[in-house]
Amino acid sequence: MTTKDLTVGACREPFVDKPLTITDFVRYQGASGDMNPIHHDSSFASKAGYPTPFAVGMLQAGVLATFATDWLGADNVRSFKVQFREQAWPGDVLTYSGTIATVREQDGERLIDVELSCNRQGGGTHLKGWATFVAPN
Amino acid sequence: MTRLAQTWDRIDDVGSHVDHSLEGRTAKPFTMVVEAGKIREFARATKSQNPAYDGGPQGQPISPATFLMSAQFWQSAENSPLAGVELNWERILHGEQEFVFHGTPPRAGDVLRGQARIDKVFEKAGKRGGTMIFTEQVTDFRDQSGRLVAELRSTMIETSKATTEG
Repeated sequence: MTTKDLTVGACREPFVDKPLTITDFVRYQGASGDMNPIHHDSSFASKAGYPTPFAVGMLQAGVLATFATDWLGADNVRSFKVQFREQAWPGDVLTYSGTIATVREQDGERLIDVELSCNRQGGGTHLKGWATFVAPN
Repeated sequence: MTRLAQTWDRIDDVGSHVDHSLEGRTAKPFTMVVEAGKIREFARATKSQNPAYDGGPQGQPISPATFLMSAQFWQSAENSPLAGVELNWERILHGEQEFVFHGTPPRAGDVLRGQARIDKVFEKAGKRGGTMIFTEQVTDFRDQSGRLVAELRSTMIETSKATTEG
């Protein structure tokens, strides 16, 4: 990656994930410690009025964050924010994408603001995200 | 459309007369040891193959941007500023989550001191009537010298009975 690639409007090739599975949720829940059964226990979800367990929002938020850090550097991230919108469900095919929105100087550092999104098949927005990175050397 | 998407679509930036008594409520601090194995597990769960999260032979991987979220699931009730507060969790949605780093994110081996507080409580009117109460909880993470290294901001949204759920 060269500095020429880091201009406003530059984007990373979107990541189209495999269909979401409850195993994905369980793996994230084990990693994070969030064992809420609504995300993996079908009878619990059903009693709560949901057709099936639904996705852990912070899992997709985490994928959106690593999508951005795999692009602009794990060391360089200075902020990441996500807004939860439509719920995601097992079987959903999610597309993660990001675009450089701003390049600016602050306190002698070059900062890159990125706009991110995670969309469901059909176009519904699961997550909107924003991240700031210091420019990679 | 799901309930949360409707919630965002209903928001108008008006009105603010809400009980602010929770603001400033601060919980007991907790210790978080950033562990290499947990970082690798978390990075794989969030579908990253980035070698920065494996650490290489030096074995000091950096933590992913959302990793500190996992701190909250290993705490006691007294580490939450909402301990003892009666809330209707059935009407509360996790609306936003933000992570701010004052420098490179924490690395494996770092020992952090976390402390959570209620920062802001405010109300917004819905476009279709009713109100939503926004509660923003901030968790500060400091290193052993006391330097602020990261802040997590969680926004919870409580919808009022008056709103029409579709």
